[in-house]
Amino acid sequence: MQSFTYERAESTEQAAAAVAARPDARFISGGTNLLDLMKLGIERPAHLVDISRLPLDRIEETDEGGLRIGAQVRNSDLAADPQVRLRYPMLAQALLAGASGQIRNKASTAGNLLQRTRCPYFYDRNMPCNKREQGSGCAALQGFNRMHAVLGASKACIAVHPSDMAVAMSGLDARIETISPRGETRTIPIGDLHRLPEAMPDVETVLAHGEMIASVTLPPPPPGRQVYRKVRDRASYAFALVSVAAIVEKSGDRIRSARIAMGGVAAKPWRATAAEHALVGAATSDTAFTDAAEAALAGAVGHGGNDFKIPLAKRTVRYTLATAAERA
Amino acid sequence: MAKTMTSENRPSGPHSGAIGRPIDRIDGPLKVTGRATYAYENALEDMAYGCILGAAIAKGRIAEIDTAEAERTPGVLLVMTHRNAPAQPDFGPAVTPTVPEVFTRARPALNSRWVRYYDEPIALVVAETFEAARAAAGLIRVRYDAEPGRYDFRMRVAEAYAPKRTNAGLETDSVIGDFESAFAAAPVKIDTAYRTPFEHHNPMEPHATLAAWSGNELTIHTSAQTLVNFRAGVASTLGIPPERVRIVSPFIGGGFGCKLIVHADTILAALAAQALQRPVKIALTRQQMFANAGHRAEMIQQVRLGADNDGRLAGISHDVWSATSSFEEYCEQTAAFTRSLYAAPNRITRHRLVPLDINRGEWMRSPGEAPGMLAFECAMDELAERLSLDPIELRTRNEPAQDPERGVPFSTRNLVACMEEGARRFGWQRRDPTPGRTREGRKLIGYGMAAAIRPNYIGAATARVAIDRNGQVTAWLDMTDIGTGTYTILTQIAAESLGLPIASVKVKLGDSRFPRTAGSGGSWGAASAGSALYNACNALKQRILEAARSSEASPLHGANATEASFADGEVRVGQRSASLADLIAEIAPDGFEAEGSVAAGATTESYKAYSQHSYGAHFAEVEVDCDTSEIRMRRMLAVMAAGRILNAKTARSQILGGMAWGIGAALMEETVLDPRSGHFVNHDLAEYHVPVNGDIAEMEVVFLEEHDDKANPLGAKGLGELGVCGAGAAVANAVYNATGVRVREFPITLDKVLAALPLTAI
Repeated sequence: MQSFTYERAESTEQAAAAVAARPDARFISGGTNLLDLMKLGIERPAHLVDISRLPLDRIEETDEGGLRIGAQVRNSDLAADPQVRLRYPMLAQALLAGASGQIRNKASTAGNLLQRTRCPYFYDRNMPCNKREQGSGCAALQGFNRMHAVLGASKACIAVHPSDMAVAMSGLDARIETISPRGETRTIPIGDLHRLPEAMPDVETVLAHGEMIASVTLPPPPPGRQVYRKVRDRASYAFALVSVAAIVEKSGDRIRSARIAMGGVAAKPWRATAAEHALVGAATSDTAFTDAAEAALAGAVGHGGNDFKIPLAKRTVRYTLATAAERA
Repeated sequence: MAKTMTSENRPSGPHSGAIGRPIDRIDGPLKVTGRATYAYENALEDMAYGCILGAAIAKGRIAEIDTAEAERTPGVLLVMTHRNAPAQPDFGPAVTPTVPEVFTRARPALNSRWVRYYDEPIALVVAETFEAARAAAGLIRVRYDAEPGRYDFRMRVAEAYAPKRTNAGLETDSVIGDFESAFAAAPVKIDTAYRTPFEHHNPMEPHATLAAWSGNELTIHTSAQTLVNFRAGVASTLGIPPERVRIVSPFIGGGFGCKLIVHADTILAALAAQALQRPVKIALTRQQMFANAGHRAEMIQQVRLGADNDGRLAGISHDVWSATSSFEEYCEQTAAFTRSLYAAPNRITRHRLVPLDINRGEWMRSPGEAPGMLAFECAMDELAERLSLDPIELRTRNEPAQDPERGVPFSTRNLVACMEEGARRFGWQRRDPTPGRTREGRKLIGYGMAAAIRPNYIGAATARVAIDRNGQVTAWLDMTDIGTGTYTILTQIAAESLGLPIASVKVKLGDSRFPRTAGSGGSWGAASAGSALYNACNALKQRILEAARSSEASPLHGANATEASFADGEVRVGQRSASLADLIAEIAPDGFEAEGSVAAGATTESYKAYSQHSYGAHFAEVEVDCDTSEIRMRRMLAVMAAGRILNAKTARSQILGGMAWGIGAALMEETVLDPRSGHFVNHDLAEYHVPVNGDIAEMEVVFLEEHDDKANPLGAKGLGELGVCGAGAAVANAVYNATGVRVREFPITLDKVLAALPLTAI
């Protein structure tokens, strides 16, 4: 870890401006990911702007009947919020399936969205990694890639985004509200927040330097039953091999609408929109769920160690849809 | 029904004193209140902090190392590399002439520009703060001349060689009868290969040392299982007499075999402290522990079993190929237990090694049995299915009357009783022998069992014990408590032996100034140190009695009855008795002191005349998700027969820990060695999975009442590692019973089951 200076931001505007003023400055909130990366010399900020005490820690109902979640709401508080538990249960399920109690107590909503991949080659400075050092190569592509992406990856990077929360938020069509160093605000659909790696895996989001997430807004929950299913190697404290957030709205034995978001398969939460469309009007049958699962993984490519993720994701989508449709 | 003891139901009769009682850990309050000082928590005035930089290649040499920027970093006191490190002996041959030298040989650090394994220390930065040292270490620039290395075990099995011995000095091979002919003629055969991966110990407390010189005397505060090894290792590396080295290690946050020998933290702290004339403190990071603190090597095991139609084994063959380091051989005795477990007239066990350019393997919990029983007891399960025999019945039919290879009687052997008691308690009869048929909702349910065996070792040990005029007893041993409860059981032994309450006994451990023991390892700690203390207490009682009889000031003066006892704080000779404290105050105001010892087990007549092992049976119930193949434990039961149980609570805790290790080995533990670079890829606790609380579910431990008078004066036998032995195989067999999918590559992660698991209709 290299030496760094530290300041505690007094206001949202000042925080954004303080980071924007220095190319080597970074926001810090819970620090559950950034500090690990700094200790290993992977992140090397010279200046930290602490935004954890900004008044962005409220959860409020919006005029449209949704929920606005302050960027500094802790993961454990968000999971315990009565509105979240009642109206967005798959978000609460996803949060509680992630990390550990201690980490959830520290981790912020925005920090969770912006956490970086756990690819072990990214974490090891002796190994080539285009995300850490553009142009150095990808050690995972021919290496130990059991945890890696099967969708949306590139030859430059096959890392996955590790969040559970973001997968549920993707299924809920969350919107990310940011504030720029000049005080301008903008709204980014969650599906547009993270970039796929393509040739530049080091650029992970569409956020500009100094642009700060202020809140995440959930629209009113869509009709239907919500289910989050995380598949992992041990019962707790493990990243998803794959995870599925599904919402199924039924009309009798037919599906009126459905949503499917997957985690552990790509560099971002992966919405399976084609599969969602295919389900509209279909019977709540094994066939429909199985077909949807096939559609959700269309184009998936394994890299050896992670080939199993494709059938695993299909089976998990199928089962999670059936659960959301109250058929399993 | 077998007689059992649990923490609720302890034995009565001859052992009704302090020994065996499920008393709380003596050191528990210190630990839960943070007052037990671990190595890195020690602080000395003027102390400096070290940070180790490891090599970024696994084989080759350092062409250039630029430390200028690191040296300029504010707060940096010293940057040590092979260019300026003090002279140390060469490492020497891969195989030491004798077994004990493995533990005492010099282990030089930074003494060569050659890199032998990935992340081998190439520089040490010492600074006023840890942060400054770490930052500066990141500024050292290194250019290497890398060479191609050997990292792919499975591609190199053909290069295997036969070592001269295995760990613990055991025979590499054993051959009895004519296995090949017997196997060829057997009507029922199993010929199966299992693969077990690299594994790492990962004790919660990392390797850490605070070294301080006073003149030419060196004090090492560290986390060590066996102080005598550390002392010898430091002395031989630094080229100083062992008498000038003091090792202090009163509390240890887990060892599991990776703290039996010195590592780079200790050597480098000692060297840097000498160079700077200041105390220096160094810890390995969690990541560094993967390359620098030992591992269990990857193995392939071929098990061949030939049986008649009734399941009686005509032949047993257990072949092991294991990875080893090219520069220091370590051969885990993976097939050694097979020599004692089941009867069969024709037998082979063999160990072969495949050298790789990696660091040496080290003794990892239940060396031998942990990987060996994982494979062998699964193969027995395969044979039972082939024979349509219950797995317990198969094992019972092959119960030997005496040690099948040594031809000597067993000291005690209650394997069949363990299996029967376990079957009854676990509800084994509910198991459907046809796999894949038991389903609850979308979970497939399976039961599995396996036998457990673990040799009883005893190491040479001495204890000193003293009693003062207030009747307070102090015992000193250089024994360690690695979290197993050693302080507690030794206190119980002294208390019972001297007829005093627990509160009157203080046991002091973890200082090389105390009498020498074999330390903690190989499950020998309790029996070795405990027997030495038991003998020391007997010697102390003799001294007290002699003085009490001869001293005119004694209320027992002239008492000539031969019967004497120490109980309830009193000494009784014949019909006369006196308070122990009063007696000592009268006859010896300075108190009494005595020593007692035990010899190493392998040298004793009893060890030669009897096959000494502890035994057990493990039972497991798992559920496997029929959609995702996720495997989760439902419950486990261990029934153990390990001689006299010294503390029913700490013994149970040790078995529970072993069972958790079994779950880890069966289902999740694996370190991946990247065959391109020779580095362990998943080198942290987020990526190297051990079971967490959520993985454990319900666990029960039962001890059969046993007393092994051949083992040692206490009647106790090694216990700690028995919990691991076979536990993983019980889990693996349960996964097979649940799914009908036999995974022979450990760990059984869900991807290995998934492909063979048919879809279940929704």
